[in-house]
Amino acid sequence: MNIEMIDSKIPEGPLKDKWTSHKSKINLVNPANKRLIDVIMVGTGLAGSSAAASLAEMGYNVKAFCFQDSPRRAHSIAAQGGINAAKNYQNDGDSVYRLFYDTIKGGDYRSREANVHRLAEVSTSIIDQCVAQGVPFAREYGGLLDNRSFGGVQVSRTFYAKGQTGQQLLLGAYSALSRQISKGKVEMCTRHEMMDVVMVDGKCRGIIARNLVTGELERHAAHAVVLASGGYGNVFFLSTNAMGSNVSASWKAHKKGAFMANPSFTQIHPTCIPVSGEHQSKLTLMSESLRNDGRIWVPAKKDDAEGIRNGSIKASEIAEDDRDYYLERRYPAFGNLVPRDVASRAAKERCDAGFGVNETGEAVFLDYASAFERYGKTEASIRGLKSPSAAEIIVLGKQVVKAKYGNLFDMYKQIAADDPYETPMKIYPAVHYTMGGLWVDYNLMTSVPGLYATGEANFSDHGANRLGASALMQGLADGYFVLPYTIGDYLSNDIRTGEISPDSPEFELAEKEVKERIDALMNNNGTRTVDDFHRRLGRIMWNKCGMSRNAEDLKSAIEEIRVLRQEFWADVRVPGAIDEFNPELDKAMRVSDFLELGELMCIDALDREESCGGHFREEHQTPEGEALRHDEEFAFVSAWEFTGDPKESRLHREDLAFENIEVKQRSYK
Amino acid sequence: MDLTLNIWRQKGPDDKGHIEKYPVSGVSPDMSFLEMMDMLNDRIIREGGDPVAFDHDCREGICGMCSMFINGQAHGPNRGVTTCQLHMRSFKDGDDITIEPWRAAAFPVVKDLTVNRSAFDRIIQSGGYVSVNTSGETLDANAIPVPKPQADEAFSAATCIGCGACVASCKNASAMLFVSAKVSQFALLPQGQPERALRVKRMVEQMDEEGFGNCTNTGACSVECPKGIDLTNIARMNRDFLKSSVDS
Amino acid sequence: MSNNGLLKSSLAKKYMMALTGLFLCTFLIGHLAGNLQLFITGTEGQEAFNKYAEFMTTFPLVKLLSYLTYACVLFHIVDGILLTVRNRKSRPVGYVKEKGSANSSWASRNMGVLGTIIAVFLVSHMQTFWYKMHFGDMPMHDGLKDLHTVVLAFFSPENPLALIAVAGYVLAQMALSFHLVHGFQSGFQSLGVRHPKYTPAIEKTGYLFGVGVPLLFAIIPVFLYVTQL
Repeated sequence: MNIEMIDSKIPEGPLKDKWTSHKSKINLVNPANKRLIDVIMVGTGLAGSSAAASLAEMGYNVKAFCFQDSPRRAHSIAAQGGINAAKNYQNDGDSVYRLFYDTIKGGDYRSREANVHRLAEVSTSIIDQCVAQGVPFAREYGGLLDNRSFGGVQVSRTFYAKGQTGQQLLLGAYSALSRQISKGKVEMCTRHEMMDVVMVDGKCRGIIARNLVTGELERHAAHAVVLASGGYGNVFFLSTNAMGSNVSASWKAHKKGAFMANPSFTQIHPTCIPVSGEHQSKLTLMSESLRNDGRIWVPAKKDDAEGIRNGSIKASEIAEDDRDYYLERRYPAFGNLVPRDVASRAAKERCDAGFGVNETGEAVFLDYASAFERYGKTEASIRGLKSPSAAEIIVLGKQVVKAKYGNLFDMYKQIAADDPYETPMKIYPAVHYTMGGLWVDYNLMTSVPGLYATGEANFSDHGANRLGASALMQGLADGYFVLPYTIGDYLSNDIRTGEISPDSPEFELAEKEVKERIDALMNNNGTRTVDDFHRRLGRIMWNKCGMSRNAEDLKSAIEEIRVLRQEFWADVRVPGAIDEFNPELDKAMRVSDFLELGELMCIDALDREESCGGHFREEHQTPEGEALRHDEEFAFVSAWEFTGDPKESRLHREDLAFENIEVKQRSYK
Repeated sequence: MDLTLNIWRQKGPDDKGHIEKYPVSGVSPDMSFLEMMDMLNDRIIREGGDPVAFDHDCREGICGMCSMFINGQAHGPNRGVTTCQLHMRSFKDGDDITIEPWRAAAFPVVKDLTVNRSAFDRIIQSGGYVSVNTSGETLDANAIPVPKPQADEAFSAATCIGCGACVASCKNASAMLFVSAKVSQFALLPQGQPERALRVKRMVEQMDEEGFGNCTNTGACSVECPKGIDLTNIARMNRDFLKSSVDS
Repeated sequence: MSNNGLLKSSLAKKYMMALTGLFLCTFLIGHLAGNLQLFITGTEGQEAFNKYAEFMTTFPLVKLLSYLTYACVLFHIVDGILLTVRNRKSRPVGYVKEKGSANSSWASRNMGVLGTIIAVFLVSHMQTFWYKMHFGDMPMHDGLKDLHTVVLAFFSPENPLALIAVAGYVLAQMALSFHLVHGFQSGFQSLGVRHPKYTPAIEKTGYLFGVGVPLLFAIIPVFLYVTQL
């Protein structure tokens, strides 16, 4: 294969000045001309809402689309833990450089220096902006903002609002968006799904959207289109994503020429509630902040593990010496606070070795017993209790933990029907986030002129593994502080273009293609449900392109997915009609795209002959079983171009240069 | 578990709608309520029927999309949870379960159990924000200290997920709890003060325009609210609206 | 918008409901204070009660207050009807199964029904005593209209309808009780008076008021009936 290099348009100059000087040099659109320019925003989560609001404030005409019934329901709302920012309010040595450094290292040296540095730079403005909007972050008694620490770093830089930080930030962006809707600067189309992007003269000039209530196809033209449509973790069927989260917008863009970058880079989150049975429709995350105080372990003896699985012994009956706190054992420096990819893989390793603690053998303990004791002792001393009994200490400790993590403990109890105050929680890794996504240059433009991607939909900032509390940061950075500036550079060439017509042959053709695809699905009259195919795709992906991968499995996965895809188009059954509210049809459209994406993910995973971050190739590991990178050959971004069939995708490379950071083998020992 | 479901079926906004009976068997107590509905729909599709349309998305109780009126109560019999967090272990083998959509003039039925809640969006658009433009140059986040109790109360009000259970539970289909939660969040924070009077007036006006009923202080909204939003918020809004009306 | 908005908005209707309702609570106290004199037996009681009735119907300030009371009653009723109509419209299609008991008190959900019972009672009660006192033929005693005798005669076992009247009065007072138990604290809530420290006290007062006042009102006809047996 002839690999072409691509230009990421990183500005010249020293790293710390790149963004400032770029901002002052890029072309601007004057206020009067902004009124003549239309921008389409697909997706209204953190990245989409914040960008739509900011662009409208600047004067552009924005049309925003979401498939939910309100922009307030985008899945950003489910983010629990927090948002990072290099404020250094805690005076623990944090700085823009350290946040940059942690993010590059956490991403296992597979992200772009210039983008990550910009992210760290604007992180502080995000907190200022959100507070000004009335986002109720957690505060200390002095009235100032509180911080906590998150996995993979050694400073406290995470701002939070209990376990509902994503909700509060999204509602902030949603309120900013609502303000612009009321001013008429944003036209909001809810219950609409993007079906395709439309290219006119080599530029992206609009989309075909489907009104999910009436089933009508609509043409929407604009000078530029921004995809803020989130990640594609649902390709695994079971994930912590919302049921509706999908890849379709990105995938349609990919098929129209936008490169997919590092599609196999998936984050498996270590602390989720384990699968309980075949009926399971989604997995629930337990915030990573639980690892700050909980200890993760499995029995050290196989007999004990066996006993726990068949219910003959309880966790509390296993002696301290017979417990294997494997993270503390393997990574003494970071212990339970290692990055997500490391923690997930370690859990899988123990369970694969036969030490799992639930019926399926796929669960480990997250134990708060020692936290109850530790907090209880402190609390007893605060209250001046003299020689409190062990039981009193535990009661006090539970009260402290309840205040800190009460909502998470309640949620666990609700789902698992087990009281985490009495018995240790059972957790297991689950698909959570996709670092890969549409390839974008420094300006967040995809390889298609006029088509942008922000937030989780793009690939840019997290390399091969995202650190906790960085997704919210990136979504808002892109939406509030990056895209609104960089898009002007492109749009400044469009001030004399005039209105884009949705009546051109290009729109007509795009609409016709969409219609044919829908008709094909509706008239298929097969025997199997959409979920049936989705579940089977998920199983292939999880088993062969999940937490650990090898060449043989990936090759067979590619074949299995191709067969499954054929079967889907031959045998899927979509009930109902086209011209009505039909969630099954919406789902079928999404799954048909997942069935293509899955193959590309496996191709990408097969191509990357190294282990890095969330991508663990069994063939490439250190003798201790840690991920082994091959920087000489693989310090690049794989950007895949669609050529008609996922199997024939053409690889482009963007070489990653690390000029401001020393590339090391990642160690958390 | 074997259950009998009585589900409201309505083809579209113009259809009259009716209750239809569906026996289901083999329900596991570990299933969530929505997974039980998935199971039913799977069967309906296989049998060539039209599956029951219902809203759902995050399935972890935070997006506010799911909205079922189960056995006479919004989000079912349990407290502090949304429909998606309700598990079948809360029911008994042989139970009859009646499932209906939210009922309110302001929430017209789209299909079956799906309703249109954009009235809530329009209320927020009428004033549920702080008018601050994006810029990298706002005040430093720590420039204005906010007393912790006040910040915590603002947070509690802000946890509203906009699901509409308050409207569904209220015998008058009143949206006071929803509106007051947003009014309160900003009324409690220094950032919300400049627009405080205008905000409450506009939001109440929009609420009335949407056709929601009046609050008769039954308190059902707060009891059924999956996030436990307090009635104090309604009182605060009553106070703020009175004050703003008298002042201007 | 401003003041116009205040008058038109749904909240304004609630303020009026609360203000008129709470004012009527003070009326109940005044009314009860007079009625309690019916417990005084013999001519002493007769004179006291008649003097009180004379005072209530002639003293200018009280007259003014009574007009305010009439206005409040009417306003409370009309406003209540308007609110109910609006509330009905807000849910044109009801639930097949609704379990209100799970989340709210019976009284709070049935204020309209309770109010209607009270209104019906009010009409009959005013016809029996108020109308007679103002426009009817009244016996005289010591130069005063002898309302005392009229009341006693109405609840006397010799009146064939007395037993029904007593039962009706007790029933109406029960309705009033439920109406007040919810309405009293609800009025404060509508006016925005809610505080973690003071609201429990308001609720307790409302409960005592809502149970105590109607109870005392209800005992009187029973007492008059029984003592005349």
